[in-house]
Amino acid sequence: MKKLAANGIKPHDAEMRADGQKFSLMEKLLLGLTLDQYVQQVIRNKFNWILALIFAVGIPLIIYRFIFGLGVVTHSSYDYPWGLFLGFGLFCMVPLSASGFMLGTTVEIFGRHDFEPIERLALLNGLLGYFFAVVYLLVDLGQPWRLAYPMVYSFGPAAVLFLVGWHVATYLSVQVAEVSTAFFEWIGFRRGYEFIRKGTIGLTVSGIILSTLHQGALGALFVYAPGKVHPLWYSAPFQWIHFFVSSIPAGLCMVICVSTVVIYTMKWRCDQRFIDSLDRITISLAKGASMGLFTYLVIKFLAVAHDNEWAYLATGWGAWWLFEIFFGVILALLVLGVGIHHKSVALCRLGALITVLGILLNRLNTALIAFNWNLYPEIPHIFEVIISITIFAIYIATYRFILNRLPILYQFKNRAEA
Amino acid sequence: MSKITRRKFLAGSMAGGAAIAMAPTKKAFGANLEGFPDGMGVLVDMTRCVGCRSCEAACNKEQNLPEPNKSFDDFSVFDEIKHGEKRRPTEKAYTVVNRYEPEGSEPVYRKIQCNHCNEPACLTSCFVNAYTKTPEGAVIYNDKVCVGCRNCMIACPFSIPAYSYSSAINPIIKKCIFCYDTRLKNGQTPACVEACPQQVMVFGKRKELIKIAHDRIRRSPGKYVDQVYGEKEVGGTGWLYLSGVPFQQAGFNVSLPSEPIINNVKDFLAIVPMVLAIWPALFTGFHLLATKGKSHGHGDDHSHDGQEEH
Ligand code: SF4
Ligand code: SF4
Ligand code: SF4
Repeated sequence: MKKLAANGIKPHDAEMRADGQKFSLMEKLLLGLTLDQYVQQVIRNKFNWILALIFAVGIPLIIYRFIFGLGVVTHSSYDYPWGLFLGFGLFCMVPLSASGFMLGTTVEIFGRHDFEPIERLALLNGLLGYFFAVVYLLVDLGQPWRLAYPMVYSFGPAAVLFLVGWHVATYLSVQVAEVSTAFFEWIGFRRGYEFIRKGTIGLTVSGIILSTLHQGALGALFVYAPGKVHPLWYSAPFQWIHFFVSSIPAGLCMVICVSTVVIYTMKWRCDQRFIDSLDRITISLAKGASMGLFTYLVIKFLAVAHDNEWAYLATGWGAWWLFEIFFGVILALLVLGVGIHHKSVALCRLGALITVLGILLNRLNTALIAFNWNLYPEIPHIFEVIISITIFAIYIATYRFILNRLPILYQFKNRAEA
Repeated sequence: MSKITRRKFLAGSMAGGAAIAMAPTKKAFGANLEGFPDGMGVLVDMTRCVGCRSCEAACNKEQNLPEPNKSFDDFSVFDEIKHGEKRRPTEKAYTVVNRYEPEGSEPVYRKIQCNHCNEPACLTSCFVNAYTKTPEGAVIYNDKVCVGCRNCMIACPFSIPAYSYSSAINPIIKKCIFCYDTRLKNGQTPACVEACPQQVMVFGKRKELIKIAHDRIRRSPGKYVDQVYGEKEVGGTGWLYLSGVPFQQAGFNVSLPSEPIINNVKDFLAIVPMVLAIWPALFTGFHLLATKGKSHGHGDDHSHDGQEEH
């Protein structure tokens, strides 16, 4: 795309051409390039080759899993019923996608319109993260075609997972509605756009409710397993608060990370407003994230104190727990703090990356590593790893496909410049 | 509060809506339960078990399970160690007998199967309500609704449910069902209990079994450790154990809480109706405060700037 831009070709970004005619759908899909130009730039991009390679290996494996069952791609463990698909796909993707409701709240509820340039990116990040969490779930469920059973057929309303199911489903629709404004603009459906805009406050508030509950509920799921989850990662009264509070910096930092990738690899797609405000917004987001992280740090230790688990800190598991805290929370806080203080965007971005890794580590610890701590450690089956990576690659490809087209990083114009 | 109403009560609070009106109190969750008063159970006296595996064979036949890799008179299974652990119930065996060698004592044998908890964690964790605790005391499972999330396997404190991973189109949970369909429903003794040549197991009302167990301990105090495993664990279980060696040495998990597993979740369940009730008002309020006096419309957002530039 960079090369094309150098030749004076502008990507599609408006409802009508300079001459007042509407763009056709095909033109929109091809970003306003000709088919040749489009195909060439796809091939030129090295990253597409990596994706193609991953898909070539991973997609047949996914098909293989559905033909022959979970048994052929996992270790079929009775002791570790939840492997990477849920440990990573559900428990990591969902907190990293808390961005939608965080920025929705900031902009729409608190009226901080200075965050607006990144609001849509945050909403999209939320939507895609949840959507792909459900994709991971579908791969993991024994009978995925029964996914809707808890909604329509057989109810287990006293189960935490029942709440997670309902909330993720409802929240997904809320997010679809929120992101649809961008789609309606792009497709040229004004009325739909305006209809949704009117309901924004309602959508945002329901987003907050649903997010508070299901982010917490993911933590509460592990409360069913006292004795299986290591006591340092287990806390009956605090687990849901830990998961909820940590989802705040997780979501914000994920947006910082994504926007960083975007500004370095897709700058052609960002408009001036986005480019100019990104540094300021990154630092503000980092501030929000560090407040969330600090709260998280405090309540993590509160939980240890509450259950009086100090003695565990002296064990090997304690060292691992301290590593998680020192690396994922304290180091992240320090880097973010210095970054904010010196207004260094680079440091804020580094801090955000550390935060994201720290949250990943925490969720994987709870779901897999410190789970069954008094049994053997489960190393996921190689096919399970490949499938997880493949789904993540599909996630990235979809993400990029949408960013390339819909007015997420740029504002949709009425008419293209000549 | 009876067990049923309490479970219904929890259901209400999770479903939201109606539950807001009856905000749950601590007491509602905390009550200790006795299960169905006439629920049946089995008392397993491990001091009598010789590890003949007849119960395993009987269960295999009764439940139409596939033929095992090693026949039921092959005792090398006692030496099997997988991932550092002895055998556990699987999709092909609802019950297994393991041998333990406590220091300074004869080997002891322990039969493992679903303990048919009074307040089953598997049941309370299942989001499609696939499990039922029957008035007879069995915890049974409905494979027609199971989605295969395997949350019950996470939740069961005894690591009992197994899953038929190998099936692509109809994988289901496999676990001991107390011979409910074929026997318990008609008041008959479970197959494994009946098959035991040593009378290790007594089938009866749970209430009475607890009395019998304590009686035995009282009459031969040197023979038993003074504990009936399952009387208190996770709210009490239908299957109860007597042992001559400390339970720990026979591979039992002795760190289980005496409260039902679901009680751990009550802190979270309690906040659900609160969030549902308070959040909308709170955040709408924030919104009004934060945007008071400012232009309220969204003319400043993504839509119409293009026009201004031209
Ligand atoms: S032992 Fe496990 S599977 Fe059996 S009833 Fe109790 S929780 Fe359920
Ligand atoms: S695996 Fe089946 S029975 Fe177990 S919790 Fe999930 S839906 Fe319920
Ligand atoms: S009660 Fe029935 S299903 Fe359970 S272990 Fe005994 S024979 Fe098997």
